[in-house]
Amino acid sequence: MIDCDIHNEVPSLQTLVAYLPDFWQDYIAESAFVGPDANDYPAGAAITARPDAKPATGGPAGADIGLLRQQLLDALDIEVGILNCAYRVSSVHHPDLAAALATAVNQWQVEQWLDAEPRLRASIVVASQLPDIAVAEIERWGGHPGFVQVILPVRSHTPYGSRLWDPIYAAATKHDLAVGIHYGGAPGHPSTPSGWPSTYIEEYAGMAQVFQSQVISLITEGAFDRFPTLRVALIEGGFTWMPSLMWRIDKEWKGLRHNIPWVRRPPSDYMREHIRLTTAPLDAPPTQDELAQIIEQMDSDEMLMFGSDYPHWHADEPTAILHSGLDANIVRKIGTENAREFYRL
Amino acid sequence: MAAILEAQPAPTTLKEKKDKPAVIDTDIHNAPQSKTTLLKYLPARWRRHHETVGMRGHVGSAYPRAVPNAARHDSWPPNGLPAGSDLDFMREQLLDAWDIEYGILNPLLGAGNQLNLEYGAALASAINDWQIAEWLEPEPRLRASIVVANEDGDLAAAEIERMAQHPGFVQVLFVVRTQEPMGRRKYYKIYEAAERHNLPIGIHFGGAGGGPITGAGWPSHYIEDHGGMPQAFQAQVASFVYEGVFERFPKLKVVLIEGGFAWMAPLMWRLDRTWERMGNEVPEVKRPPSSYIREHMWISTQPMEEPPQGKYFRQLLTQLDMDDRLVFATDYPHWDFDAPDRAIPVKLAQALEEKIMAGNARKLYGL
Repeated sequence: MIDCDIHNEVPSLQTLVAYLPDFWQDYIAESAFVGPDANDYPAGAAITARPDAKPATGGPAGADIGLLRQQLLDALDIEVGILNCAYRVSSVHHPDLAAALATAVNQWQVEQWLDAEPRLRASIVVASQLPDIAVAEIERWGGHPGFVQVILPVRSHTPYGSRLWDPIYAAATKHDLAVGIHYGGAPGHPSTPSGWPSTYIEEYAGMAQVFQSQVISLITEGAFDRFPTLRVALIEGGFTWMPSLMWRIDKEWKGLRHNIPWVRRPPSDYMREHIRLTTAPLDAPPTQDELAQIIEQMDSDEMLMFGSDYPHWHADEPTAILHSGLDANIVRKIGTENAREFYRL
Repeated sequence: MAAILEAQPAPTTLKEKKDKPAVIDTDIHNAPQSKTTLLKYLPARWRRHHETVGMRGHVGSAYPRAVPNAARHDSWPPNGLPAGSDLDFMREQLLDAWDIEYGILNPLLGAGNQLNLEYGAALASAINDWQIAEWLEPEPRLRASIVVANEDGDLAAAEIERMAQHPGFVQVLFVVRTQEPMGRRKYYKIYEAAERHNLPIGIHFGGAGGGPITGAGWPSHYIEDHGGMPQAFQAQVASFVYEGVFERFPKLKVVLIEGGFAWMAPLMWRLDRTWERMGNEVPEVKRPPSSYIREHMWISTQPMEEPPQGKYFRQLLTQLDMDDRLVFATDYPHWDFDAPDRAIPVKLAQALEEKIMAGNARKLYGL
């Protein structure tokens, strides 16, 4: 099995300080900076950690590699697991501090995770507020065999189809890295088209709509036309909404394609070719039949990749999709093969 | 792209129409004939404002439409008036042509998006008086939505009180991109008034709430603005449910207009499953979100969902399980008009077709 969504949690800002140059160590000490201003996973919220994932030694769930081995890699017999560190450097307004933190996070990932565990691969954390800074970070790690992806928060300040992001895609495709778009982010504007929701549950559930907006943007603004080898993984955003989005945007394209003449094929073709989705949260329908219908409606058996989302705790067990009465061939593709091909494992 | 070939009937001839099911059109857009049309319905203080400063909304939100006024080319009346502004032509092209039993007017004239709330309220009153005088009184097949300055609960509730007794008004109108998610408390006076008068809240495609139109910033193209509207509808559904609005207003009805409906079943699953894990944050929400949605929400059919296979359309209706809640709409005179005789992409059981084309709307709006 290949697990495409594992969270390695930075234990605290102090962990990163050791990896920072003197200037930033002093800056942090003097300014009482406490880390990125983001709250994607409130510490006590049920989704943030399965009840047994908190290390006995203290620190947040997902910070202990021993526990990760025991609870996930060994327990599920994971062949390769991909780390998606959700440290939100992109919400730090100071671009140079954000860049320094990103470098520190990646150095920490290499030393504490990749060097320590051969089954793991990782995602390059970048300060995406200024694409040139992100490119420098991709160049720094692009040759390291442990990194298979550049990770971006789904909540960006500008949709990811904009040409603003082209330098990141140029660097990622040059190094044959996937681009992972992951749940969360704090760009400073509301998470919905109609303002800030009151509750965390609403913000969490609503993140699926932000993923939908990014898919629309990537296709209609021509990112895949400019970068034909660009591979995008949508991580921790659910996937049951995908067929409805395909139908809607194909219909829009039928009526409005003269506005975007660079899009020469139905948008759903681009989705099936360039986009993959991880399987947690499953957002399971009431019946197995309905789940099978949704997967059939994608008209592709290649789009889903197993992701446990460890240590997060959803209503559905991470492996539920593999035991939902789906065709054995699809189960194999979701569990292993789609990810092996997508991430070149 | 594979076309849906299943059950695509030829356009109806007049002779056949007698055997066709009744049609109620729940989304028609009426427009003023000129910039001065509304003046006589405005008090002097706001007429002056209208003629000088005029409308001021959240500028920077505009995406040029693919066509002028987003209207069908053939909907511009031969007499040169704007699309949707000439009642005679609307009768000829829509009400008579399709033998529409009732049509619901949803004027989209920006009153709810005004930064000057009192001007927005005056504009809303003017629009409602104009609807009575120039649409409802001359044409008995028409009903209308009450336009309100929806960003201010007091002003909007007062307008509902002013209009609710008029039998021509059957709903209170919002546009989906509001300043705050619609489950928030600032809108509760509006729901109170609507519930008191048994008027559904209609939420229509469009608007500009001040923030970016996606949770990830401003896109570049009209297709993203137009095709991105379902995300705004989904956010509003989540807000109504998770804020416990239907516990606070147990008789409130909400109609989602021009937002599509294929996303609704997956959204219900997601809201249900997330609530199972994290419902303790919102103890006011006592039942699975999907049960509130199926009880309190209606959805208009335009723009019709067009999956590549008829089979998928049938699956989506079963997953949705809202046969009593889908209401037909044309969106006349807009370019993405759905024709009554060919909008539904598969042959449905007759009873279900009758519900969607008219029966559900008749019950919902008391027609």
